[in-house]
Amino acid sequence: MNAIIPLLILCLPLLGFLVLGLLGPKMSHKCAGWYGILSMGTTMVLAYITAYTYFFSGQPDFITEGGDRLQFIVFNQDWLAFTESLIIRLGFLLDPISALLLVVITTISFCVHLYSLGYMEGEKGFQRYYAFLQLFSFSMLGLVVATNIFQMYIFWELVGASSYLLIGFYYTRPSAVSASKKAFIVTRFADLGFLLGILVLSYYTGTFNFTDFTSIQEGASWAVTTDSALGVVAQFQGATFMGCSLLTWALVLIFMGGMGKSAMLPLHIWLPDAMEGPTPVSALIHAATMVVAGVYLVARLFPLYLMEEAALQFITVVGAITALYAAVVACTQVDIKRVLAFSTISQIAFMMVSLGVARPEFHEGLGYMASMFHLFTHAMFKALLFLGAGALIHAVHSNDYTAMGGLRKYMPITHITFLIGCLAIAGIPPFSGFFSKDEILSACYMNSTLWGVWMSFVAGLTAFYMFRLYYLIFWWDEPDYGHHKPHEAPWPMATPLVFLAAVSCVAGFIPFGHFVTWNGEPYTIHIDWLGVATPSIIIAVAGIALATVMYRKKNDLPDKFAKASCGLWTAAHHRFYWDEIYIFITHKIIFNGICRPIAWFDRNVIDGTMNGLAWLAQRLSITIRPLQSGSVQAYVYVYLAGALLLGAITAACVAL
Amino acid sequence: MFTNPLIYFVVIPVIMLLGLYLSRNMAQIRTVAVTGSLALLGLSVWLLVDYLGLRAAGADAPMLYRGDWMWFSALNIQLSVGVDGISIAMLLLSSIILLTGSIASWKINPLPKEFFLWLLLLSVGVFGFFISIDLFTMFMFYEVALIPMYLLIGIWGTGRKEYSAMKLTLMLMGGSAFLMLSLIGIYYNAGLNSWNLLEIAENGQIPHDWQMFLFPMAFVGFGVLGAMFPFHTWSPDGHACAPTAVSMLHAGVLMKLGGYGCFRVAIYLMPYAANELAWIFLILTGISVVYGAFSACVQTDLKYINAYSSVSHCGLVLFAILMLNTTAMTGAIMQMLSHGLMTALFFALIGMIYGRTHTRDIRQMGGLMKIMPFLAVCYVIAGFASLGLPGLSGFVAEMTIFVGSFQETATLNRVLTIIACCSIVITAVYILRVVGKLLLGPVYDEHHLQLTDATWWERTSTVTLIICVAAIGCFPNFFESLIRTTFSPEIFKVIGM
Repeated sequence: MNAIIPLLILCLPLLGFLVLGLLGPKMSHKCAGWYGILSMGTTMVLAYITAYTYFFSGQPDFITEGGDRLQFIVFNQDWLAFTESLIIRLGFLLDPISALLLVVITTISFCVHLYSLGYMEGEKGFQRYYAFLQLFSFSMLGLVVATNIFQMYIFWELVGASSYLLIGFYYTRPSAVSASKKAFIVTRFADLGFLLGILVLSYYTGTFNFTDFTSIQEGASWAVTTDSALGVVAQFQGATFMGCSLLTWALVLIFMGGMGKSAMLPLHIWLPDAMEGPTPVSALIHAATMVVAGVYLVARLFPLYLMEEAALQFITVVGAITALYAAVVACTQVDIKRVLAFSTISQIAFMMVSLGVARPEFHEGLGYMASMFHLFTHAMFKALLFLGAGALIHAVHSNDYTAMGGLRKYMPITHITFLIGCLAIAGIPPFSGFFSKDEILSACYMNSTLWGVWMSFVAGLTAFYMFRLYYLIFWWDEPDYGHHKPHEAPWPMATPLVFLAAVSCVAGFIPFGHFVTWNGEPYTIHIDWLGVATPSIIIAVAGIALATVMYRKKNDLPDKFAKASCGLWTAAHHRFYWDEIYIFITHKIIFNGICRPIAWFDRNVIDGTMNGLAWLAQRLSITIRPLQSGSVQAYVYVYLAGALLLGAITAACVAL
Repeated sequence: MFTNPLIYFVVIPVIMLLGLYLSRNMAQIRTVAVTGSLALLGLSVWLLVDYLGLRAAGADAPMLYRGDWMWFSALNIQLSVGVDGISIAMLLLSSIILLTGSIASWKINPLPKEFFLWLLLLSVGVFGFFISIDLFTMFMFYEVALIPMYLLIGIWGTGRKEYSAMKLTLMLMGGSAFLMLSLIGIYYNAGLNSWNLLEIAENGQIPHDWQMFLFPMAFVGFGVLGAMFPFHTWSPDGHACAPTAVSMLHAGVLMKLGGYGCFRVAIYLMPYAANELAWIFLILTGISVVYGAFSACVQTDLKYINAYSSVSHCGLVLFAILMLNTTAMTGAIMQMLSHGLMTALFFALIGMIYGRTHTRDIRQMGGLMKIMPFLAVCYVIAGFASLGLPGLSGFVAEMTIFVGSFQETATLNRVLTIIACCSIVITAVYILRVVGKLLLGPVYDEHHLQLTDATWWERTSTVTLIICVAAIGCFPNFFESLIRTTFSPEIFKVIGM
């Protein structure tokens, strides 16, 4: 495959960032916006061409005769050599998941670019906004096509930084500033784990390359196989630390990086606050692309994770708890973007659980495929929901549902598309979410009934809170809108909504198993109508029905329910006090308990010692200063005394 | 003598001194300072290109451009010069910072002529130190670089300048005393009647028990200048009171003398003791790394924040050198380059902000992004470099250090490496805290609204530094291979690997 197109996919957004960043202030808003849209549009077309070539061209680089998909490195340039074998390269790896993510990222990014033309119209710093969007797209694309784990880490950090810049876009607003700071620091802390994981993994395997990690023979496991079947991982054998093998440690540490970016409990606290950014940014970064980086990371290293049952179980447990937690919290939030944020956390946790329960022996690693499938469908319908929320916020100038209600009459396009998004996320056929979620649930049930039931319950909650949101916005009670009647979104905003809604309607029918599987071997997915699908539809419908009863018209059921819940409602409303816990740890323990004492110690003990030495030297010289008094009589006395003393000593010596 | 290009690193500043002596007004002073530093920069760039050419052509001596001139024959003290990849990197760094520092002092007041005189004397010392390979002349240049600092801070400084100048000078002199003892010890114990670094490294037989005695003295002697815990307290006070260009040169270049000396003298000449005693200094430098970072989190004065940040970053330099492996040492040199440029940028920006707002207290400022967007954006870029964003210099240096350090399997090294890695989080905390308070948010002080953005000379100075920071961050392989040319097998035979 020619390297020019992949190179352009990376270079165009980078160029866009540099051009808009450096020349932006000299451009008009319109010019900057259209430049950004064109740049991203071209990238999108190129990404489609690349993905199409990869999946459908049938070239021997991409697919074997038996139909197995292969990993192909388009180019790989040395960037920094640490040692002979540990070399960071910047390259472009093409395989099913990277091709999939290329499509997802460029599509959503293009939609957001276009949408922002309407949403951000007339905002100060419009050019800067587009520059950051381009930077983010560049980083994210670099992340997914990484050929080695260090390249991924590089772009991982860049993604974090561009997210920081975008969350803090309204930099004069203190809440945006602190939200961006929080997002960066929390993910930085997670990245520390990622970095340590990379260090451990690379030290023992002697390589950063993904292709070296994943060239492990199928079915290899510690106990039974020989060294050659394990490939580079063989050098881990026997290395343990605190009762767990070092490979488990490395994988769990790397997963910690994923927990940060994908907002898994307990590192989720930055995501709801990140909603301080402009809404299209939330759609792009905090719903569709950056937050799935953690899922992507685990999927990328999946063959390694398969070797350590403990690591996969850890992922499953973290994912399952997060999914439930976020779904419960989402039922109680007032700010519509925060509802969507918690819903995102919950849905990403679905993907994580799906990876955690996937095993090659369960239907060819169904969970892996399901996770990627859900990543794809979720990106589309969640972006749709966020962009819809953006249109609502644009119309009523508030984030709270209390300022909304009855909007179906004023904003028909937004209403219909938002409803499609809600149906998709709730898992109602034939919308896309149903198909991907069904696969996830099947994978869970295959692993254990516990996770199956657990995740089915969460799926029911999802339907409930999404329709609670839907009814509160579009039905419920109409507040007094005054003179400014809400208006339908302008065309740059409405077009992406319609497009994404259309995708959400049909994406479920993509035969995903033919494209993305954990080992490249295609298979056909079946829907288990009797065992999994029908019950989950019933659960979803029940959730929707409950939401309809409680929120369709203004009534006092919700309040009664809140009172009857014995504090659960309040606790969930306060997100189970995670933020307070963090504030306690960071402010009280780290800031006041470590930083301040160290600074005090430095000024008073260390510096005090130095000043003390200086003081001592000064005192000493003051003490002996009188000896040099300048008085001749004193000198004569001292002289005589000295002479006598010497004389006496000499005499004594002679005498002895 | 004058056919050796290296000698011009000392000759040019001396000619500049003469030019300054003759110049009558500010314009002439500026012309002399800027043309001179440009000439030095040109010389170092030429040297870099020529050096790489020679290496490519197969020159495999440890040092190139060698030259020796007898100075004091009774003790066989010579002026010996020679450079390898590390020295060239340092020369390049010094000339860039001298240039940007001179430009940043465009409007220095009062006594501009005297200011530049001392600044140039300081740079004579710096350049002389980096080209020398004779221990005695090296030490002499080292002292020449330190003394002007006293006057530069004492006269042109701000705040408690006399106290800080005295403290800085005395602490560094204390380090020098140890250093002198150690150098004399090396001279007598090597048994060669030579001060020449290369000869001692190759043929010297410093007895092991003497090494155990001399190594700590040399390491501490240089370590004081490298802001090693617990000998770092001169740094916050000194930097806080120094004028902009002096802070830039001091943090950017002078502190590198410490790291360079530790590598070139202490470890290079006494590898046995370095290997035996590394653990003590690893612990101390490991403490420096996190201690400096934690201290920076609660400071309110911009320069104090940066000074403690320097303690942390320079601690990483010494830490990596002590790991005694090629990768970590390469990382250490990269970190010296990176920290030099980035901290010079920081101090330049702080100077420019202070020149406008007349305060360095972050509680008294806010929302500067709105008022002086150019300076604010530069500050954010410097901050990103400091917290290790890929694409800027800090990332490549730190990652090389971490990967290199992790190759050492001893438990202590492992634990300390992990602790050092934690600094990436703490750095992010204090950098973003400053960015958030100082630059973002609403404007704190209404009076600041009248302030202007950067002038052309301020822009030149900062943009030059940013380009350098980005160049290292984007093309690390070039710098890495430059430094690698130094760690040739001969040298590692000496270190014992």
